[in-house]
Formats: sequence, structure tokens, C-alpha cells
Amino acid sequence: MATLVIKDLHVDVDTETGPKEILKGVDLTVSDGQVHAIMGPNGSGKSTLAYSIAGHPKYHITQGSVTLDGVELSALPVDERAKAGLFLGMQYPIEVPGVSMANFLRTAKTALAGQAPKVRTWPKQVRESLARMDLDAEFAERSVNEGFSGGEKKRGEIAQLELLDPSTAILDEIDSGLDIDALKVVAEGIKAFSQRPGKSVLLITHYTRILRYVHPDRVHVFVDGRVAVTGGSELADNLEEKGYEQYVG
Amino acid sequence: MAQPVDSGAEAVAAAVETPASHLHPKVSWDLEDHPLPKGREEVWRFTPVRKLTRLLSGEPTDHGFEVIAALPAQVSLGTISEARARVLSVEPPADRSAAIACHNTRQASVLDIPAGLELDEPVELTFRGTGVDERIYEHLIVNVGRAARVKLVFRYEGSTASAGKIDVRVGEGAQLDFVTLSDWAPDALRAAQHSVRVGRDAHVRTVQASLGGAVTRLIERATFEGSGGQLEQFGLYFVDGARHVEHRLFIDHNEPHTRSEVDYRGAVQGEGSHSVWVGDVLIRKQAEGINTYEANKNLLLTPGARADSIPNLEIETGNIEGAGHSSTTGRFDDEQLFYLRSRGIPEDEARRLVVQGFFVDIIRRIQVPDVEERLMAAVDRELDVIAPEIGDPR
Repeated sequence: MATLVIKDLHVDVDTETGPKEILKGVDLTVSDGQVHAIMGPNGSGKSTLAYSIAGHPKYHITQGSVTLDGVELSALPVDERAKAGLFLGMQYPIEVPGVSMANFLRTAKTALAGQAPKVRTWPKQVRESLARMDLDAEFAERSVNEGFSGGEKKRGEIAQLELLDPSTAILDEIDSGLDIDALKVVAEGIKAFSQRPGKSVLLITHYTRILRYVHPDRVHVFVDGRVAVTGGSELADNLEEKGYEQYVG
Repeated sequence: MAQPVDSGAEAVAAAVETPASHLHPKVSWDLEDHPLPKGREEVWRFTPVRKLTRLLSGEPTDHGFEVIAALPAQVSLGTISEARARVLSVEPPADRSAAIACHNTRQASVLDIPAGLELDEPVELTFRGTGVDERIYEHLIVNVGRAARVKLVFRYEGSTASAGKIDVRVGEGAQLDFVTLSDWAPDALRAAQHSVRVGRDAHVRTVQASLGGAVTRLIERATFEGSGGQLEQFGLYFVDGARHVEHRLFIDHNEPHTRSEVDYRGAVQGEGSHSVWVGDVLIRKQAEGINTYEANKNLLLTPGARADSIPNLEIETGNIEGAGHSSTTGRFDDEQLFYLRSRGIPEDEARRLVVQGFFVDIIRRIQVPDVEERLMAAVDRELDVIAPEIGDPR
């Protein structure tokens, strides 16, 4: 199961001049087996939604709730949210010097599963996931995200998604900065994940391009910290044609 | 990696690029030239001078390190008179404790690595102190003959108060990896001067790992003899439990087309713990075409810990290939912790990974496999000790 329910979510972000409200009452349900896309102009709060659900310390939920299969996420520490089944694919994955991808993946898998992955099969699984993302096996020996190109970082995120196998994936602008070949590889990975049983995906994007490869069940347009309009994939086509202006102001 | 912290009491990262010759005190064998420090002098201002008093004055003693060494047949360790040692030294003492070490040394030692000797296995010497009430003075000359290729590992351990002067002369075209692993007992006091002379076209890599001891103050100086010499200096230190670890480096680019690269990293934790790193590089007028870069990174693991980090660059010629430095001191990077935790890794384990990675990053550049493994194990041991205490620093 993988049903993500967001109810009346209000979120403040820390700024130099004090807290500022970014999300002003978000209501959204992504049911088990579904892929939803969130689109919106810069500054509409799309990324804030992703980071606050994952528990980034800069964001504070002031009102409302986020549940994953009935488990309230907002009360849990960051790592417990991951254990509850959440995965956040980041727009700018963070570099962790000196920690190899292999060590990182094994540590994360062990923490999530409660036991170390099998020595006999795990390295092969890692190699295969990397290969599907067009990443060399030597990638596993490199420090987490360090010196990776923008495209490598994004493909690395999807390889992690495959290996860590959460129930719900929130992918924050995973498509930005990718050339068309990398975009197809990443989209294939997302599609394959969403077709596993008991998964759901919340795909946050600024562009409609990725939606040609990953077909969402629902599209939400995000404006000024709320869902302004919800529809099917025709909504994305409409945005492609007319832009966000029609919803802003 | 770390987020900069700008509160002055906890971090100093000032880069001074003005001539700072007062930072290079006059070297001299004469004790009179090194008056007892009061603690306000530029080169002593970070040091807890009072705790080191025993190493700054006093008479010779009968104590010495217990030396454990299984040396290859071609390598010899012998004793010489202090007078002879002075002739063989790279340079005279640069501070009071090194001057006292030489003044009070009754017999100096010399480690000879003959020209052309190539060894794959590291040559290891362990120096063990056998009581903190003892004072030990040592003066050691290391001679690496021309075109030799060796790895030298000095391991210091046990409980003692020691003042040392170590002069390392590296011959033309030689390759030396020189690792100093200081794993002192918690009450040990150590003040030492290491002076390295890099021969023409020689390649010297030093590793300074300072892991134990109550107070450690190391003066590391390097100079070149002929052009084409290369020097890499790596350092790592763990400071906890109100300890003091100080590294003061001085690289004298006195010859053209020489290179130096410095990277020191430290983790400091606990009320009253203090690390000091001062890196001075002098590029003399004749040192054309040189390249130098020095970096120091400090990770403050808890409140109350302090790291001072001061790189200095003194440039007398503009006709060089490159010169630079960087210094960062900060707490855990929230973004790194968030990233790891968002993958399900619990907070304490995430912190451990970040600190491990911080050191692995430098350890893997040492390229002496046996030493890399041992340093990793040492880092793990330190992490076992401090891990329960690495709470959220705020």
C-alpha cells in the first residue's frame, strides 16, 4: 500500500527575517498505484511541499497533516519517515565527501530493512540498477554525489529509488537540467518503479517535457502555496500551450 | 564540507597575505636566543604554555624512549654526539622546546637509509614513553640517501613528557613517505620540531596523525635543496576531552620549480578542546615557477570546542605557477545529514558517516595501504569513543 494524504498543510520556512509562510493549506491525495504530477511556476511552493514532507529542518509544518498509509509523518524524525516508506528524490542531491555510494547504499538499505542486504546478491543488484541508469560500476566507489555531473546526480537518485524500494516517491524537479537522453533514462526508471505493486509517485516538475514519458493519473497546478487546479493529463497539455499566467494573480 | 561558523570565539579563519616575517622566528642553537615564553608571543599565543612548562626548562634526564624497531639489514639506527648531530641537522631549533631538546640531549640518534635503497615494506619504529613523570629529550637525524625509495612509519605511544627535534634530510631524487602516528596516552605532553629538507627532484610525502596526548605542539618546517622537489603534507587530528593539539607549519620555497601541497583535517569536540593549525608558506624571490596550495578543514562536533586555523602566504616573486590556500571551520553540515537521514539512516549513524568521510577523504590520498588501514582503524576507534557524545550541537 502507498497512499499519501495531505490535508490542509501549512508550512513556514526559516528566513533571515524570521519564519515565512510558504504553504497555505495544501490538500492532496495520491492513492496507491497512482502517479500524480505537481506543476507550477517558480516560487509557488512545490519544493517546499517536497522538503517539508521529508522533514528538512528548514521547514516547519504549522498546521495540517501528512499521512502515509495512515501513519502521521510530520511527527516523525527524518529517517523514520523514510522507514515509513517515503523517498525524496532531490533537485540538488547533496555531496558527502569520503562516503562511497556503495557504503551509503548498503547503510541505507540496512537501516530501512532492519538487516544487512545479502552479500551474495546485493552488489549485483547495485551494479544492475546503476547500469539501467547508464552509470558505470565504478560509480559505486565514488563519494556520494561528489564530482558527479548534474545528470549523474539525477540518475543516481533514480538508482537509489530502485534499490531502496520505498512505497511513495516524491521526486522534486528530477527532470530539470537533463538532456533528452538522460531524461528518457530517468523517466524509464520512474515508470518502472511506479509499475511495481503498491507504489505511488508524486512528480514535481516545472516543465511538461517529462510527462510525455511518465503519464500521470492526475495533474495539479500549484500557485501561491496551494493547489489551484487539478485535472487529468490534458491539464499539462494546456499548460504547455498557455503557460502558468492564466492561474497566477 | 562544513558550514562556516563566524562566531570569533569558536573559529578563526583569517588569511593574512601580508609579509609576516615575525612568524618565522630566528632559528638558533643558543638557548639564550629562545627566552622562556610568557604565552603572549605570536608563536606561543595559542599554546597552553603553563601546561608545557616542564618541557621549556630544566636539566637533562636519564630517561629515553623505549624504541621498538625491526629494521631491514640495510637500514641502521645508531647514536652520535649531539655536536655531530648539529652538523647533520637541517637547521637549528625554531623555538624554546626544540632548543631545550637539543640542549639536554646527551646522545643524539641517526637513522640511515642508504642511497639507492628501494623498499616496498614500510620501515617502522615505535617510540614508547614509560611514565608521565619522566622527561625525555630527543634529537634524531634521518638520512635518506639519494634515489632511495622508502616508507617510514614513526609511532609514538605511551605516557611521557617529551621534547624532540627531528631532522629529515632527503637526498637527490629520493622518494620518502614519512608517517608520524602519535597515539599518546591521555596524559602525555609532546613538543617537537620536524624539519625536512627536500633534495633536488626528490618527492616527500609526510603524514602527521595526532590522536592522543594532553598537549601536543608540533612545529613542521620544510625547505628545499635544489629545484624540482615536491612536498606533500597531510595531517589529521582528533581532539577531545579538553586536549590541545597544535600544528605549526612553515614551508620555505627557497628554490625554483618546487611544489608543495598541504591538507590538514581535524575534528574537535568537548568543552575546552582546542586545535590550532598555522600554515605559513614563504615564496622567496628566487623561487620562480613554484606551485603551492595549503588547506585546513576543521569540524566542530560539539559546543565548547575551538579550532583556530590561520594560513599565511608570503610572496616575494610574482613569477610563479600558483599559490593558494583555504581554511574552513564549521559544524556538521545540516544538508549532508538531511540527505543521509532521508534515506533512512539514523542520525547518529549519519553523523558517524560524515566524520568518517571527512577523514577518509584525506586518508585515501596517503597511498600507503598499510598506513591507510591503520589510520582508518584509529578513526573508527576515536569514533567509538566520541560517537555517543556527538549529539546535536545546537
